[in-house]
Amino acid sequence: MNADTFDFLFDGANWAWSSYDSFPHRILEHLQYSAIALVIAFVIAFPIGLLIGHTNRGSFVAINIGNAGRALPTLGVLMLVLVLVGTGLVPVTVALVILAVPPILTTTYAGIRSVSGATVDAARGIGMRERQIVTSVELPIALPIIFGGVRNAALQVISTATIAAYVGLGGLGRYLFDGLALSDYPRVVAGSVLVAVLAVAVDLLIGLVQRLVVSPGVDGRASKGRRRRSTPSGAAATAVHSLEEVSQAPR
Amino acid sequence: MIEFDDVTKRYPDGTVAVGGLSLTIPTGGITVLVGPSGCGKTTSLRMINRMIDPTSGTIRIDGEDVLKQDPALLRRSIGYVIQHAGLFPHRTVVDNVATVPVLNGVPRKQARARAYELLERVGLTAGMADRYPVQLSGGQQQRVGVARALAADPPVMLMDEPFSAVDPVVREGLQQEFLRLQGELGKTIVMVTHDIDEAIKLGDHVAVFAEGGRLAQLSTPEELLSKPADDFVAGFVGRDRGYRGLSFAGSADLAVEPVTTEVEGLRLSLDDAGRPLGWTGSGALLPTEGSFHLGDSLRVVTDLTLLSPAGAAVRVDAEGRADGIVRQGALAAYVRERQLGRLGSTGS
Repeated sequence: MNADTFDFLFDGANWAWSSYDSFPHRILEHLQYSAIALVIAFVIAFPIGLLIGHTNRGSFVAINIGNAGRALPTLGVLMLVLVLVGTGLVPVTVALVILAVPPILTTTYAGIRSVSGATVDAARGIGMRERQIVTSVELPIALPIIFGGVRNAALQVISTATIAAYVGLGGLGRYLFDGLALSDYPRVVAGSVLVAVLAVAVDLLIGLVQRLVVSPGVDGRASKGRRRRSTPSGAAATAVHSLEEVSQAPR
Repeated sequence: MIEFDDVTKRYPDGTVAVGGLSLTIPTGGITVLVGPSGCGKTTSLRMINRMIDPTSGTIRIDGEDVLKQDPALLRRSIGYVIQHAGLFPHRTVVDNVATVPVLNGVPRKQARARAYELLERVGLTAGMADRYPVQLSGGQQQRVGVARALAADPPVMLMDEPFSAVDPVVREGLQQEFLRLQGELGKTIVMVTHDIDEAIKLGDHVAVFAEGGRLAQLSTPEELLSKPADDFVAGFVGRDRGYRGLSFAGSADLAVEPVTTEVEGLRLSLDDAGRPLGWTGSGALLPTEGSFHLGDSLRVVTDLTLLSPAGAAVRVDAEGRADGIVRQGALAAYVRERQLGRLGSTGS
């Protein structure tokens, strides 16, 4: 990080709440785009993952559609939806949702499938109803894996939400696209750094929630000697990732 | 009483797991279903609590058709123990045990209090109550599994290979405690095992299954050893049937000779309290290789006579004082007499 970038990042004016084009506003916009996409993706992927995990039916189709979504270039999706419905938040949200669904869907499915057959058999055999088996046995045991998927999705969405700026919206992507347009590279780097810091911060936050929600009996905290491995999964790669997204954008 | 009335389970691919099974399991005893793998014993067990529904036929518990009952409620009224315990890893031991009462609407606090009692009952300390299953050994997990099955005090318990996932030493201990527990509780227990020795040891009744879910024989363990219904049962029960059958014969009526009797130049030497020290002859003290009590089986006595340097087993009283010896010859005569009596009673 060179001195110009440093100066840009720590310039008090850039942190002023009064200015619309300041870090706090851009961070809030960025979080807003990311949160909307993550919530929608979760609402879609989580129930489907639970269902196909519990019944073990339709997994082939669901997982493959999910993975096909992963192969779609996010910018391509953005442009396609833009052409179909016009500008605004919708194309960005659709593109980010398609990005976030596969990790949540596959980990929810895999998490539920990872629950030992003996445990499910015992749950059914002592008189739990199917819904109770899902909610009070399979889900709590699958939580560490599902959290992994959600954290992965959150990292990808936060780093990719920079594309919102490409279609005229705000967010931290503004610094990347404006910086590139103005050849103001410190601005670009500063934007990338903020995206990376934001991604790591959100990852840590979800990790904290995970620690509160997941039973010590299933995440390794209870078993002696073995400590849970903390996994801010590839947060460092995030800055690189957002730069890649930007560089894909046609000038 | 659990009745199977012409029960058949046929899978869509045509496999018949259980074919026309009729079987009555009496109340208040351990009935063991045993047989080679693929004989339908587990399928039969799982049809009792509707984990599997039969293709045809009826199963009644105390006269009530299980197919007419809500599966979840039926299962809550029947204890269920499986091979790897199947504990809930995300719940503490005490919450695992409290599961069924909580499902039945018992307040959590009350269910926990009962769970603590049960843990003690199955030989676990209160200190283990707040641990997670991952922190327990296999044997301890299985004890928790049994406690969980007992929590709602069901009259009937189903156990699918409950002791086969632990090592032989732990298994032996679990079996002993299981028999002690059953002595206190007197539940109606249906257990599945592939181990004929376990079946003979634990069962009040043993149902031997052959391939295709055919019931080959249902009888007491003693009768299974002495009078196998056919070659299949005889083959399955295995070798040493005669010797193993002695497990069911008590030694109470077995006459003993005084401890001072000289046996082939050897004499039993005792300590000041009258406890046996060993056999002495011309040379050094020879070990007695153990002793038996009045209630022990003929199998124990026979084994002692085979091991003893004098060919005689030593009987001791409750305080461990020698009160008689039994020589091989006398034992053989007693066993033969008993056999003749049994043959006479069936011949008439």
